[in-house]
Parts: sequence; structure tokens; C-alpha cells
Amino acid sequence: MANTPQNKQNLRSPLAEARGLGSAKYGTEHWWHQRLISIALIPLTIWFVLAVIAHLGAGYDEFVAWMRSPFSAIMMILTVAMTFHHAQSGMQVVFEDYLHVEWQKMAAIIAVKFICFALAAACIFAVLKISFGA
Amino acid sequence: MAEFALPANSKIGVGKTINAANGAKRAKTFKIYRWNPEDGQNPRIDSYTVDLDKFGPMVLDAIIYIKNNVDPTLTFRRSCREGICGSCAMNIDGTNTLACLKAIEEVAGDVKIYPLPHMPVVKDLVPDLTHIYAQLASVKPWLQSQSPAPPDRERLQSPEDRAKLDGLYECILCFCCSTSCPSYWWNGDRYLGPAVLLQAYRWIVDSRDEMTGERLDMLEDPFRLYRCHTIMNCTKTCPKGLNPAKAIAEIKKLMVVRR
Repeated sequence: MANTPQNKQNLRSPLAEARGLGSAKYGTEHWWHQRLISIALIPLTIWFVLAVIAHLGAGYDEFVAWMRSPFSAIMMILTVAMTFHHAQSGMQVVFEDYLHVEWQKMAAIIAVKFICFALAAACIFAVLKISFGA
Repeated sequence: MAEFALPANSKIGVGKTINAANGAKRAKTFKIYRWNPEDGQNPRIDSYTVDLDKFGPMVLDAIIYIKNNVDPTLTFRRSCREGICGSCAMNIDGTNTLACLKAIEEVAGDVKIYPLPHMPVVKDLVPDLTHIYAQLASVKPWLQSQSPAPPDRERLQSPEDRAKLDGLYECILCFCCSTSCPSYWWNGDRYLGPAVLLQAYRWIVDSRDEMTGERLDMLEDPFRLYRCHTIMNCTKTCPKGLNPAKAIAEIKKLMVVRR
């Protein structure tokens, strides 16, 4: 807004500009869920890091055996789901902040959501495949 | 895309240098942003070296002295010179503050003075506040109620409820906070910014106001409210020592509570 040309013809009243399209009546769910997911990710991330450290140097069979335990599988699915949910939710905010051309913003948000959900589905499928044996 | 460089017509050049501190014991240089809408030139930085013994201790004293004695074309807003009108808000030494409350001796080296960041400039240190005033009007910063006022007295408020307005009513609308907020820089067309949100909260939390729900409805928006990412520049820069970030956080809490 700083660089609005001084000679730009704008006959709308300042209040009309400020009121714009009105309130979206949305935003709290997004904000609140971001907080919930962030809280959930604290224990999940700690678990994930400790699990990775615990398996440093472990062989394929050892790791698969560990991954097959219901607890590991459930925690891994939660970690993956929450991480990608958090990523797409956060990236949406970043795009809303910095992309000021409407179609670019929309395209970026759609792309990152599709990519995140696809990656999450792939990861969860991998965990399930290991869990239920292949 | 986000803009990372200034547009060509906003690039700042070097202006004139005036030394008006003939034989001064305490000379100080003020580097001041100048832009004249009528000369078609880019903005420039003019340097004025003046004698600190000729005027009072505040930055406002210095620029008034420069305007009166050195360069009458220097343009800025000022009125009360005691931090209650908010007119002389500007960016001094890299921080938004009131020129009348900023002591010159707090600034090491040259005193750099710019208009409030990322606002359209009218001239020199005068920003165009049209949009932010309209945003303020859009939150209806006045008491709204369904119940008629008692015919024989004012609307009463308990001392406890009155205390909730402390830290809010003191805001003088200088907009140092909003113009220090990167979110307001990037999305000021829709984001209301800390100053306006603090005013909104001042009426949301007022026990006499009966439009709390409507006020929250109006703010429930990814841009109007939720562009606040708790950067905290607002609270850091407020020349009145207020905490707009806390007011915004309280609004967000109320939004969750009423779900």
C-alpha cells in the first residue's frame, strides 16, 4: 500500500476500502487447529527423534520389527499426519502473507495442500504396509 | 510476489548538506528524509548540522529549530509537544516513536529521521493516514448498546471493569505500532494492525458496551485479525508503553472461548 501512485484515480471512500468485502467469518478454526497441532507435535517430535537415535546403526530387519509394533506404527502415523497437516496449514499462512496476486496465492495454497496430503497418504500407507506385513 | 526492493520512484538519494552550527560546542547532525510531491524528484536525505545549545532536548525541538531557522520547507506534523496528541510520530534512529518524547541524547551519532514506514508519504515526514483512519472507523470505536442510557445518570461501571480499560484507553493513535508491524506493511489493505485492534479490544472489553458479539464477528477474518503473528514490534515500539500485542492475543482468546 505504500507505493500507491499518488495520481491513481480512486473514487471509493476510504471507509469503503477499509470495510472491503467484509469479515470472512472464518479464521479462528484455522488458528486454533494450528495451536492444537503444534501442541500435539511436541511429544510426537520428541518421540520421533528419540526413536531415530535409538535405531542409529540398526539393520533393516531390526527396524522393520520395531516399526511393526502397534505403538510405533500408531505414533508414526500420528507424527506423519500432524506434521503434514501443520506444514500445509503453516504454508497457507505464509502464502497469504506474501503472495499478493490472488491467482498466485490460490494456486500456491492448492498446490501445497495437495502435495502435503499426497505425501502424508504415501507415508501412512508405507507404515501400514510394514505393520500389516508385506 | 512480495516486494523486496523499493520501487524506482522511492529510491532515496543524497540531498543537501547544511551546516548551521557555526562554532557550536555541541553540534549534532540530523539526517532527514525529504520528499516533495510537486518537484517530480525521488526522495532524498538532507543533512542539517545544528547547535544543540540553541534548542530543547527532544528531537521535535531540533526539527522545529531547523524549520524555523535553517530550512522552512521542512514539513512535519506536530502539535502538543508532550506526547499526548500523537502528531509527531516518525521513525527516529530506526524506531517509530514520537519526536517530542525522544531525547536527542538517546541517539548515538547522527540522528536519522524518516516518516512512519510503509505508509504513502504526503510530503517529507508527513504520512498519509487516510486508510488507517478509515480502518479505525470500521471498528466503530465508540460505545454501542441496545439498552437506552439511564435517564438520570451515566452508564455505571464498576471499578474492576474500569480497570480492564487501563493500558488501552491511553492509546493516542499515533500509529507507531501499526507502521512498525511487518504484517501491516505487507497486508495493511486488509489487516487492521495493532493500533486499530487495540482500539477494537478497548470496546470489546468495555463492560458498558453491548455489541461485543458483533465486534468479534467483524474481526473474525484471516486478514483483519489473524495476520498478527506475534512479531511484537508493536509492543516494543509503543511510545506510550502500551501492549497492543496483548490486546490482540486477548481478542484471539475470546474468539476461541465463544466457539
